[in-house]
Amino acid sequence: MILKGRKVIAIGDRDGIPGPAIEECVKSAGAEVVFASTECFV
Amino acid sequence: MDLEIQQRVKDLTEKYGAENIVVVLGGSEAEAAGLSAETVTAGDPTYAGPLAGISLGLRVYHILEEEIKNECDPNVYDEQCGMMEMVLDVEAISNEVRSIREQYTQFKD
Repeated sequence: MILKGRKVIAIGDRDGIPGPAIEECVKSAGAEVVFASTECFV
Repeated sequence: MDLEIQQRVKDLTEKYGAENIVVVLGGSEAEAAGLSAETVTAGDPTYAGPLAGISLGLRVYHILEEEIKNECDPNVYDEQCGMMEMVLDVEAISNEVRSIREQYTQFKD
């Protein structure tokens, strides 16, 4: 298992998968999100 | 990668220990995702941020990689990522991030 019981740093992308969406997914896998952001490449 | 985010990754790694951290990316293009993956493993390739010359060697995955998808609740995953999974080049992104991970992560599990 990669995610279960680990601390996740979610670095999302406005044009890809945003931080909050990554957060929801990895939480469902049993990870704790310690930081989530959404980068914006313009 | 944003300099502010680099600093947060550095601080959180010091706080929790590299062995406990997984970085999960959501970048829309293989090249950008690869650069982010390189930054949190080998160090900032642009030498502009707090991770310049610092090889954290963290575990890094893209949210669209099969290994990560398989560990998530299928309903949540579909709701949050289903649309972008259809639009983005999942294979190219996965190959790029996997390649960086295999070269630079210090955790081979």
